[in-house]
Amino acid sequence: MTTFKLNGRKVSVQGPEDEPLLWVIRDELGLKGTKFGCGIGLCGACTVHVDGRATRSCITAVRAVAGADVTTIEGLDPEGKHPLQLAWLELQVPQCGYCQSGQIMQAATLLKDFPNPSDQDINAVMAGSLCRCMTYLRIRKAIKLAADRMREGESHG
Amino acid sequence: MDSLSPHGIRSGVDPSRRKFLITLMGAGVMLGYARSGLSMPDLILSQPRQPARAGELFEPTIWYGIDRNGEVTINIIRAEMGQHVGTSLARIVADELEADWAKVRIVGVDSDPKWGLMITGASWSVWQSFPVLSRAGAAGRMALIEEGAKLLGVSSSSCTARNGAVHAPGKSIGYGEIVARGDLRRSYTPDQLKNIPVKKPADRRLIGRDTMALDVPSKTNGQGRYGIDAEVEGMIYARPKIPPTRFGSKVISIDDSAAKGVPGYIRSLALDDPSGTVPGWVMVYAESFSAANKAADLVRVVWSPGETTNVSEQDIKQRAAQLIADPAGGALLVDDPGIESAFAKTKQKLESTYTTSTVMHFTLEPVNALAFERNGIFEIHTGNQWQSVALPLVARALGRTEDKVVLRTYLIGGGFGRRLDGDYCVPAALAAKAAGKPVKMVCTRADDMRFDCPRSASVQVLRMAFGGGGEVTAMEHHAAAGWPTSVIAPGFMFKDAHGVPYDPFAIQGADHWYTVGAHKVRAVRNDLAHRAFRPGYLRSVGAGWTNWAVESFMDEAAHAIGADPVQFRLRLLDGAGRNSGSAPNAVGGARRQAAVLRRVAEKAGWGKPLPNSVGLGVASTFGQERAMPTWVACAARVRVDRNTGYVTVEKLTLVIDAGTIVQPNSAAAQVEGAALWGMSMALFEGSEFVKGQPEDTNLNTYNPLRMGAVPDVDIEFVPSSEIPVGLGEPATTAVAPAIGNAIFAASGARLRHLPIRPEAVREALAAIGRESMSVRSPI
Repeated sequence: MTTFKLNGRKVSVQGPEDEPLLWVIRDELGLKGTKFGCGIGLCGACTVHVDGRATRSCITAVRAVAGADVTTIEGLDPEGKHPLQLAWLELQVPQCGYCQSGQIMQAATLLKDFPNPSDQDINAVMAGSLCRCMTYLRIRKAIKLAADRMREGESHG
Repeated sequence: MDSLSPHGIRSGVDPSRRKFLITLMGAGVMLGYARSGLSMPDLILSQPRQPARAGELFEPTIWYGIDRNGEVTINIIRAEMGQHVGTSLARIVADELEADWAKVRIVGVDSDPKWGLMITGASWSVWQSFPVLSRAGAAGRMALIEEGAKLLGVSSSSCTARNGAVHAPGKSIGYGEIVARGDLRRSYTPDQLKNIPVKKPADRRLIGRDTMALDVPSKTNGQGRYGIDAEVEGMIYARPKIPPTRFGSKVISIDDSAAKGVPGYIRSLALDDPSGTVPGWVMVYAESFSAANKAADLVRVVWSPGETTNVSEQDIKQRAAQLIADPAGGALLVDDPGIESAFAKTKQKLESTYTTSTVMHFTLEPVNALAFERNGIFEIHTGNQWQSVALPLVARALGRTEDKVVLRTYLIGGGFGRRLDGDYCVPAALAAKAAGKPVKMVCTRADDMRFDCPRSASVQVLRMAFGGGGEVTAMEHHAAAGWPTSVIAPGFMFKDAHGVPYDPFAIQGADHWYTVGAHKVRAVRNDLAHRAFRPGYLRSVGAGWTNWAVESFMDEAAHAIGADPVQFRLRLLDGAGRNSGSAPNAVGGARRQAAVLRRVAEKAGWGKPLPNSVGLGVASTFGQERAMPTWVACAARVRVDRNTGYVTVEKLTLVIDAGTIVQPNSAAAQVEGAALWGMSMALFEGSEFVKGQPEDTNLNTYNPLRMGAVPDVDIEFVPSSEIPVGLGEPATTAVAPAIGNAIFAASGARLRHLPIRPEAVREALAAIGRESMSVRSPI
């Protein structure tokens, strides 16, 4: 049995300890927002936060998150109104949408590390997140928009 | 019209032939999008609505209904895979209906013969649906005005409809109240419906204006439901073991002794497939996907492979070249007299061969389907782009009649034509039938790639003859490739003047709008490709390779006679004869293609000096079909690293004339995505068959475009009120040749194969070096 926190709630799962976290989240715990794309950690669709760091859940055994805080797209913001989510809406970033949970989760840690990201920062950090619909132009714009809003919020707060 | 392909081929019931009545039918509803802000989409498992009683629902056509709260529910028969198509179609209805947009919701419907042809492909959705949905909306508005006027006690001529209500001087009544209190029974014959007047473009209130696409919110918060998310009580999982060849493999033995140690493993079973869709497949069942995945890796299957077990990419291309070399084969879809004499007479001619490698769909959601029987109906839960062909295929595999199978609708995690082929529904259905319980089949990425219906490799030979003044007197285009339609939907094949069948989707683009004197276009089916794999439709299909050839060749031809590549094309886009265009779809003809080309040249700074090793290349196309041209021009600015051969695309400029634009923001998104797809296929994608299988099965070796290589993209739409045509694919067609032509402009290296790899650029540069050396020093 493995115990960890999922979106702030303590959960215990019974399955094998080497089961990928992705499938535990999706099929045992029923949160479907985290997606399966490549299974080898190279597309980013399965990205979640483990203790605040972007982690590819498809190649992370559930035992590796024992005792950790795991956050999925459903838990990024209680109302789905993280500045990135609002920017994603404003610019209508998603097309098929399948990668976008992972893109947003990856971008959320990007903004923690680089509150005012340059194009190079975005290129480097988002390199592991494939968008097959090629919404990259809007992802880049939305990250910058969210960063601007978050910095404004801080300076006014 | 809605149930027709552009070529008038019918499939299933044609709703335009039905007599439209005010019907009170219950529709099975699968996916709904709640409207406000960030709220979740409600996944309503198919509970057919109870038939409404009179006064509860106004459903003037099958396409939408209005309830007594004034809420308009619009039925969307197109798959949602990123185009925001539901919103576009709803805007068309709502505009004519004068609905209150805040009260409009859309539902993605399940397969049902009443919808007619269910296809989401070929960039047809808006173009096909626009006329019928406009008239359906207008019919509803007229009925509401008549009844509203009665209820208000005024003449209908004093009333107008606006924003979900009928207004008369000093008073108004909402649509909901009219539904509740009025007598909205109306019937329209197909001819009456066809003659219902629709608004003038200037009177439109929603079309052409941006709105938040209704599917977007659920794609920012993890709530969107894709096929891979479908679940049903009591289901088990299955992962396939994919045989060594797409066809002809037979299972000799299955050894699952190692898999038995996997907790949750159930069993492994060879599928018996009467439809021949997935011969040699073995299903590994387990209680969870993880267990099925792990067990499948441990199950050892011995197959006797099919005859293509050693086929390579080279074999496929060689076969194509061999078929082209035989003048007897293939279909002649353009066959002007005078070709031979023009080539015999000319003193200057040009011939080039262009090739493209196999391209994988790599939809990010690997193919999957949930299948089970309920109440005598076999339900397939998965996203699909062509229910009208998938459903009969599943029925055949299951040995059932089509009315005992239904396809439920889900969001699709990337279509791009992969799911026009419903082949992946078959193994799920057979696995469920064999297990006697609901089965969710999920392919891993590698399974999905090996099972893909890729874009076929192609070989094309082009020839041009010039007159004494450099004018073009004749052109030939011979293309050999796999033909998706001959496999997936044989009923959609065309025939040439001699009755020889061909796949229009595998050659369109070659029948271009340039005036080139005598013109000949020959399409050849590569039989080896068909033995080795199931050729698939992939974003723009044949237009993705024919335009690579046509537009590279136009550039070569211009240089061959010392002409400017833009001016050379403009001279040929004179709109003469068959290139003059015709109403309603191609008004203006080649002159509209000339206009987008002229504009893109101007925007991109054509003719202005550029730094060393930087070049600008152009290409111009009509999207896909002559019957539905979307006029596209692209200018690519690239930098070529002469040492490494690495090509950096700095900027793509695109000008598009797609007629009326229903949703500008979504239209731009489609062009952004399609253009970057074109670039990705030009430089980064492409696979090869090795020993009967695509070599690349995951991102360790298959490398679609990523964030860091994305160029600046500048998109402009030509303002137009012409018929709205397609937008999902057209931009894809112009980008690769624009890049190839830009590489030539930057470096002198002419590339004739896709994808363009750095080593090919280095080799081409080295070849130029050798040529110029031999010219300079003739030893």
